[in-house]
Amino acid sequence: MDRQLRTMVPISGYRRPLPGTQPDYLHPSYVSSRKRAPSKSLIAIPATPSEVTGPRFTPQDVAAGESDLTRQHGGAPLGERIIVSGRVVDEEDRPVGGTLIEIWQANAAGRYAHESDQHDAPLDPNFSGGGRLITDGDGRYTFTTIKPGAYPWGNHDNAWRPAHIHFSIFGPALATRLVTQMYFPGDPLLAADPIWNSIADENARNRLVSALDWETTSPGYALGYRFNIVLRGRERTPMEE
Amino acid sequence: MRLAATPSQTVGPFFSIGMHTVDVAIEPGGERLTIQGQVLDGDGNGVNDAVIETWQADSAGHYADRSSRGWGRAVTDSSGRFRFSTAKPGRLAGVGDVVHAPHLAVTIFARGLLRHLVTRIYFPDEPSNASDHTLGSVPDERRGTLIARAAGLNRFEWNVILQGKDETVFFEC
Repeated sequence: MDRQLRTMVPISGYRRPLPGTQPDYLHPSYVSSRKRAPSKSLIAIPATPSEVTGPRFTPQDVAAGESDLTRQHGGAPLGERIIVSGRVVDEEDRPVGGTLIEIWQANAAGRYAHESDQHDAPLDPNFSGGGRLITDGDGRYTFTTIKPGAYPWGNHDNAWRPAHIHFSIFGPALATRLVTQMYFPGDPLLAADPIWNSIADENARNRLVSALDWETTSPGYALGYRFNIVLRGRERTPMEE
Repeated sequence: MRLAATPSQTVGPFFSIGMHTVDVAIEPGGERLTIQGQVLDGDGNGVNDAVIETWQADSAGHYADRSSRGWGRAVTDSSGRFRFSTAKPGRLAGVGDVVHAPHLAVTIFARGLLRHLVTRIYFPDEPSNASDHTLGSVPDERRGTLIARAAGLNRFEWNVILQGKDETVFFEC
């Protein structure tokens, strides 16, 4: 296809979410959404170059060892060591290789190493709680960390967040950008969590719950949890249909 | 078979542990400009825990999508203010004879936002704004929320109003 012809073909954008599979902006039981959710409808726009391109990070952008949160200080952090791994794919199950993942989490006592976290639980001098890596060519990633603790928060009376790890993923385009949270299987706090419950579709909600994984469990060392991530896939162009 | 995309969740208030601030890297010799502003909630209070990511073309209107050049990340301070320095992007060629006016694509995350928001920063006194299709899809009375205000030599101001009468335009894209 010559350049002239190619520029005549509309840019194919990214698929809109299936109903119920993404949270609404306003979820009143999550109190912080009440004054921050937009009140007007989003304006749908056709894809332009700005949405179908995005920054590309390389292994050189990430320091060696950033994927092991248990070895960032002089000693080992307290808590249950775990291996969190999975695969990043698009909606057509194609691997998303070479993309940046950033994670952050509380320590085993449920305290973030952040000046705004005033929860009366101990900080761990051997745990900062941040990690980064670039997925391999098959979209796979592996972090070593410790299992984060649950912690109280001010959303409502006796509110507790279920244990979770925050994930930030880029993917190939601005349109595939995703920030989410990974939860742990069997956590009884999930049922009462307004953030997790902001996702109406039960199957979609459960996709944020990792699975205990014997295959990646390291015998005598750390339990493995598997968390696969699906980024938005691209619309087919008329020529492909 | 279509898999369903993983649901979004809020960044919460402690994102800076994992999401580091990154200055926009620009092409050598590019003229620096500063864009500053404030993120405000529905009560007009500053949002002190927001992340603003920007993505833009270079001065020739090309995206460097084999690198992270043209991308940056700023966070708000205790009063909801942010500031970043970059270079003015060029106009972009679109489909057919469509031209996109110079703009920055902006992604906003914050505690309280269960999904991120996508918006744009355009420049004042830019003739191509009049023919930009994305700006043209915005009702006249709201278009101004996407256009930065000149505030001195190479300085611009642009606020984000998350909710209310003067709410910033956010896109589904």
